Amino acid sequence: MSEENLAGVEPVVTFAGASYSINGRLLVGPLDFAVSRGETVVFLGESGSGKTTTLRLINGLIHPTEGTVSVNGRQTSAWDGVQLRRNIGYVIQESGLLPHLTVNKNVGLVPKLKGWTPAEIARRVKEMLELVGLSPGDFGDRYPHQLSGGQRQRVGVARALAADPPLLLCDEPFGALDPATRRALQREFKELAHRLDKTVVFVTHDVREALLLGDRVIVLEAGRVRFTGSPQEFSTSDVPAVQAMLGDSWTS
Amino acid sequence: MDLVEFFTSNFGEVLFKTRQHFVLVAVSSGIATAIGVPMGIAVVKWKTLRGPILGLANVLQTIPSLALFGFLIPLPFIGGIGARTAIVALIVYGLLPIVRNTYTGITGVDPAVKDAAVGMGMTSSQLLWLVELPLALPIMVAGIRIATVIGVGVATIAALIGAGGLGDFIFRGVSMVDNTVILAGAIPAALMALTADGALHLVEKRLDWRGRGRA
Repeated sequence: MSEENLAGVEPVVTFAGASYSINGRLLVGPLDFAVSRGETVVFLGESGSGKTTTLRLINGLIHPTEGTVSVNGRQTSAWDGVQLRRNIGYVIQESGLLPHLTVNKNVGLVPKLKGWTPAEIARRVKEMLELVGLSPGDFGDRYPHQLSGGQRQRVGVARALAADPPLLLCDEPFGALDPATRRALQREFKELAHRLDKTVVFVTHDVREALLLGDRVIVLEAGRVRFTGSPQEFSTSDVPAVQAMLGDSWTS
Repeated sequence: MDLVEFFTSNFGEVLFKTRQHFVLVAVSSGIATAIGVPMGIAVVKWKTLRGPILGLANVLQTIPSLALFGFLIPLPFIGGIGARTAIVALIVYGLLPIVRNTYTGITGVDPAVKDAAVGMGMTSSQLLWLVELPLALPIMVAGIRIATVIGVGVATIAALIGAGGLGDFIFRGVSMVDNTVILAGAIPAALMALTADGALHLVEKRLDWRGRGRA
């Protein structure tokens, strides 16, 4: 099978009037936006606002019922879903690690699925663990349940980066962490994504996280876009949904 | 005649019957596993099969064992008198716990873990082999354990249709009204059930990821 490559074409992700309904009930949409190469777009909203659905539209786990979603200029419905997903890094909340596999095996999983040789995988896994600040000698043979929440999330990031995908999807990856660990990981993640020139679509309900990480913030409420703009524009916006979120973020 | 005396003077026969009994249970549990696990997977993958297969396995389980042996005797190929018929009956009894535990084990895998695996680009067969089956394995082995322990007990009745095994002593003891002879069959059978239970329980624990990586 030919190796699909997402790099090099702009924009990386395009939503054109895309919406997703199930049994006639609209979950999200219509969405119209494009994510360019190297950009981080953060979807901000409460649970049930359609954030996760938006991510699943990008990696082809679901297809839009109206409009189109394209990755690297090709509609997700035209991609082989498995190939598409192997070329997109996916970071989710802590349960996303496979509990029966060691840290090494978890991080090496996508390269293995892509048919890399054991030597290439071992080298890459070591490199990735060092990249996220975990010593390969200390952590490689541990199981996820032997790690702290923060360490698990570092492994999750290392795993998403292992096959060097140009695009990363992050579904509240730091949501279950204590505030101090969360802030540290957010900063490191931002620096890493920037340094590796990754295109990132990130969803969260944490306003501060959205403002820290996003080049652009899109606010979703009940599946509809209420605001799109830079973190600066967000902070000065008079959109009611944004005002409500800003109010909450000071009291939380 | 007391029990110790019976065992020492009939040692060869006790050993022979125990071995017969073991073969009946081992062969039938092995075949029940080979049939039951794929059935359990099929039940997960094809929802329409769920009702009929689980229902059938349930019904088969409710047939009294003595009656089942009786029903099987007149059947061609699988029936008749002897070990073959007994093995067929033991497979039938072993199926339900194996099919059901395979189904329960696979459907019990954390949806978030499955979602992550698919999100990383696993195909559905990779999801099955690399995630669902490894995580379901301890529960599947628990099903095999239950099937085997039931099999050790039911196999004693198989002596009635000429399959041999430890049931021979039990039925002989009942007709002679001699508790010593009954115990000569019942004690090795009970020990076999306990051993199988303990050994498979160890396997179950070894396969469970929760225990991994502990020094």
